[in-house]
Amino acid sequence: MRVPLSWLREYVDLPDDLSTEDLAHRLTLLGLKLEALERPGHDISGPLVIGRVLTMEPEPQKNGKTINWCTVDVGDANGTGEPQGIVCGAHNFAPGDLVVVVLPGGVLPGGFEISARKTYGHVSAGMICSSRELGLGDDHDGIIVLPADAGKPGDDVFELLHLRDEVIEFEINPDRAYALSLRGVAREAALAVGDVDAFHDPAARTVPAPNGDGYPVLVEDPAGCPVFAARTVTGFDPSAPTPTWLSRRILLAGMRPISLAVDVTNYVMLELGQPIHGYDGDRLAGPIRVRRAQPGERVTTLDDVDRALDPEDLVIVDDSGPIGLAGVMGGATTELSGTTTHVVIEAAHWDPVSMFRTGKRHKLSSEAGKRNERGVDPTLPAIAADRVAELLTTYGGGTVHDGVTLVGEAPSREPIRTSLALPGVVAGFEISDGTAEESLLAIGAGLAIDGNGVEVTPPPWRPDLTDPFDLVEEVVRQVGYDVIPSVLPPAPSGRGLTRAQKLRRRVGRTLAGEGYVEVITFPFVGDQDLDALGLPADDERRTVLRLANPLSSEEPAMTTTLLPGLLKTVARNAGRGATSTALFEAASVTLPHGGGPAPIYGVDRRPTEGEIADLDKALPDQPLHLALTVSGEREQPGWWGEGRAASWADAVDAVRAVAEVLSVEVTVRAAKRAPWHPGRCAEILVGDVVLGHAGELHPRVCTAYGVPARTAAAEIDLDALLEHAVALVPAPTFSDYPVAKEDVALVVDDSVPAADVEAALRDGAGDLLESVRLFDVFTGDQIGAGKKSLAFALRFRAPDRTLKEGEAGAARDAAVAAAAERTGAVQRV
Amino acid sequence: MSGPNTDYDPVEVTPLKAEQVETMRDAALAAIAAAADLDALKQVRLDHAGDRSPLALANREIGALPPQARKEAGQRVGQARGAVNKALAERTAVLEVEHEERMLVEETVDVTLPTERRRRGSRHPITLQSEHIADLFVAMGWEVAEGPLVEAEWLNFDALNLGPDHPARTMQDTFWTEPPEHHVVLRTHTSPVQARTMLTRTPPIYVVCPGRVFRTDEYDATHSPMFHQVEGLVVDEGITMAHLKGTLDHFATQLFGEGITTRFRPSYFPFTEPSAEVDLRCFVCRGASPAVASCRTCKGEGWIEWGGCGVVNPRVLTACGIDTDRYTGFAFGMGIDRTLMFRHGASDLRDFFEGDVRFSSAFGTEI
Repeated sequence: MRVPLSWLREYVDLPDDLSTEDLAHRLTLLGLKLEALERPGHDISGPLVIGRVLTMEPEPQKNGKTINWCTVDVGDANGTGEPQGIVCGAHNFAPGDLVVVVLPGGVLPGGFEISARKTYGHVSAGMICSSRELGLGDDHDGIIVLPADAGKPGDDVFELLHLRDEVIEFEINPDRAYALSLRGVAREAALAVGDVDAFHDPAARTVPAPNGDGYPVLVEDPAGCPVFAARTVTGFDPSAPTPTWLSRRILLAGMRPISLAVDVTNYVMLELGQPIHGYDGDRLAGPIRVRRAQPGERVTTLDDVDRALDPEDLVIVDDSGPIGLAGVMGGATTELSGTTTHVVIEAAHWDPVSMFRTGKRHKLSSEAGKRNERGVDPTLPAIAADRVAELLTTYGGGTVHDGVTLVGEAPSREPIRTSLALPGVVAGFEISDGTAEESLLAIGAGLAIDGNGVEVTPPPWRPDLTDPFDLVEEVVRQVGYDVIPSVLPPAPSGRGLTRAQKLRRRVGRTLAGEGYVEVITFPFVGDQDLDALGLPADDERRTVLRLANPLSSEEPAMTTTLLPGLLKTVARNAGRGATSTALFEAASVTLPHGGGPAPIYGVDRRPTEGEIADLDKALPDQPLHLALTVSGEREQPGWWGEGRAASWADAVDAVRAVAEVLSVEVTVRAAKRAPWHPGRCAEILVGDVVLGHAGELHPRVCTAYGVPARTAAAEIDLDALLEHAVALVPAPTFSDYPVAKEDVALVVDDSVPAADVEAALRDGAGDLLESVRLFDVFTGDQIGAGKKSLAFALRFRAPDRTLKEGEAGAARDAAVAAAAERTGAVQRV
Repeated sequence: MSGPNTDYDPVEVTPLKAEQVETMRDAALAAIAAAADLDALKQVRLDHAGDRSPLALANREIGALPPQARKEAGQRVGQARGAVNKALAERTAVLEVEHEERMLVEETVDVTLPTERRRRGSRHPITLQSEHIADLFVAMGWEVAEGPLVEAEWLNFDALNLGPDHPARTMQDTFWTEPPEHHVVLRTHTSPVQARTMLTRTPPIYVVCPGRVFRTDEYDATHSPMFHQVEGLVVDEGITMAHLKGTLDHFATQLFGEGITTRFRPSYFPFTEPSAEVDLRCFVCRGASPAVASCRTCKGEGWIEWGGCGVVNPRVLTACGIDTDRYTGFAFGMGIDRTLMFRHGASDLRDFFEGDVRFSSAFGTEI
């Protein structure tokens, strides 16, 4: 809401020593937030005066333009009283006209300094101004021609043109629709200066009683339209100009002046907050009727859009059919035009919900709709219609018809039962009953105090006040939010972070320690992203939850895997020169399971446990996933020697590192799954449950995402992994007797997983075995084609004694025998 | 070594003569002093203190002396050997120190060489900031609550006093999922976590909920379809706006430093009544008066818009099954990303979500 201060001052007495900044600050603390403070016209300086054109000589120029060499009487403003010679490019004036002249030494908006200068063969001593040059609007059809009675040559025009003003722009919260008017802001300004009597209500006017002679109006939907007022003006002069002060105010308030009739309806809306619609009475066919639209009906609104109406839309119809979207936007067929002499004025009160829905349905936002959907004072229609009629006839002639139409009446307000002590109780500091009472009266509420408390009847312009706590805010904001004391509430001793929350932090720290950089990506995904992963048609990750209104048609769904976002990030980094990266992300994915709709419950009670469960059942599964990538060099080359390329093993190891800090024992086995390399993909298991995969990406996936070749990646269900985290790690016991070390080299078929051989060794070695570690894998001619040699270091130790000669050897042999039996291993000797 | 020479007459043994012993001793001491390094000293030890050294051989002959001469000869040889051994030990110590010093000099490296074989990892500043904030509240006895990103419409809106026709719904441009009649949205704020908390716990409730939220904002330097919020909720007996102010002042001071408090301005949120905007005292210029017009952080206003707050609307408590006669509550919420942006002077919100490793790396693993 843009508020010209000169206009505001008409309805509220402000102390002379109150700066505009201070006023804006006080209003901000009351809840009307200062957005911007402008001082239009303050960048103009004179001499800027009325001039009378004495002579004008058209002079065609070589460039095709014709300029006028004028002499202008500017009175004594030039110090000499002699006519001023000025070159002017406009042609919309004639000798004898009064114009606006800026003399040398003056400054126009944008720091444009005026001086006498030579141009088109003359010395032009000043400039004849257009509206645009004075910052008065976009009109650049020519220079300003003042009415003949505007004044005499040499008179200052700052006052005349209302050039200088101050405009405070406020951000208005949706509950304070009344402040979308000068009336409402003035009322708040009176609160701001602590004097309710400083406010002069522009709506305080006596209006004629309704009678049967007004324009016929039939309201067929009184719930949608509780009040409809209409007045008629005939003999209106459509060519009458809008007075400068009025168009200036509309412009400063952020609306565009159009014509007197339209400007007046907008002016009254800004003044009172009541949206007005004007009809060309000669184009109305029969009575105005208000009803819901019928199927198939259409209307062309003032913005020239032909709209299909919904049966829920409130419409204005006449005998020709719909002529407007009620309360939101009028129709083209009955629009006020340059020939309108017969104006029918509509001022009505509408059901805000209906207004909101219609505006949303038609994606139509208008100044009228904005006010109507937030709630307007229902006592205003007759007052506003009368005010419009007055202004129209004052400035456009004609007569106000005696007929006064008023259908319906303002609904009465339910009083709110509360206690004057409540504001202090809720605010947490002493607010006396007297202060509470005064504050409520100050906002225009009616109070009836009895033994049980108080009944507060909110004023009609405050539809937002329905609950006792609404009144609390009204009282506390006047007392001042700045006096609320600062007191820490005594929270009971808490339980700290949950175990899962702690473990998730541990996972993040571990990966950061392993050299991975955490990133956060958007969870949106498209088919092409899943195609690029090479997911088969029946892959469960293709079952996505789609968005009804995605930002991008490329990414219309919620992702089921973190890899697309992560791989795009790898590619982005590589594109910026970081080809060696290790990234991770922990975020939830969305896995739809075909649940039904989520119920919508009432809000007058808590839903039952069953109802709450039904809400959750409708939601997709959203497990927390952990994904990581590693590309380029895992270790850099340097003075220490060669670097080391990232590989499948790094991805697997990162997952193992995470599992290890959670004390979860995971196993790994070969798997085939997109987007991984079919020969370099590991399944990560806890027991028999697969928690995720790790390995090198399929070369085609690297190409599709534009990430470095041989990028490795992992993705696991972190929630599932966390569930297996060991809550209580039993303290280990260990022997301090000497260790016996035995190394064995076992030759197996290439296809035998090392993990199987290791497991067999473990099982066969018996209780004395302390650890097994694979320390070398060897292939080559000595071993034979299709074979590999696995070298294991075995460590044996007894808990209670030193091992006897041969004991370790026997255990080793037993281990090898088990490996031989289960994996076909042959010991190399 | 010979046995005691008891059966023989005393004989004169040349090596045991005093001058002979002294000569042997002096030769040994000279050799020890002349040994230049530990290797040379090792040879000297063999030559002069070993089993075949003159003094050792002389010692063997003591037994051949008549008993009355043995004592004197024994003392003489013993003293000589003692002197040699002492000199050896001293020389060894000196040479070892010399050797170590030389070795340490030889082993000197250029410690300015790069040492980073593997690039360091880091955590995302949003994660760190969320944890930092959570910790501040956990330290006060609060707990951290969580909820799903894909949320039921009823929990995201209705339960929070945002009815189907509430104008505030247009303020939050919501992502709806298909089909829209299933009433499932991407949560537009972390407030449904508050509703969930009230539905599943009984007061006293003191929780903070950091998390991701979604709005259909076009992606630019200050808007993102996904961003992060932290909300706090307290429901207890006798909770007031003063408690809200106290909590936010404490929060601000903990996060931004001593003296950085908050200012409330009346505002509107459907889920709170009374409602307030929270402004943070500018922690850069500290709202110096006259205002520091050049302050880039607060643009000369002295205050930074931080978030929203208020007393939990009793309608919300009712929908969540809280006894409004007994309990009141307060709630607040602010953007984590925005807080990070002005706290750390980040100029482009997109840096948080583009994943450039240089961005996260700058924050390390703790902020």
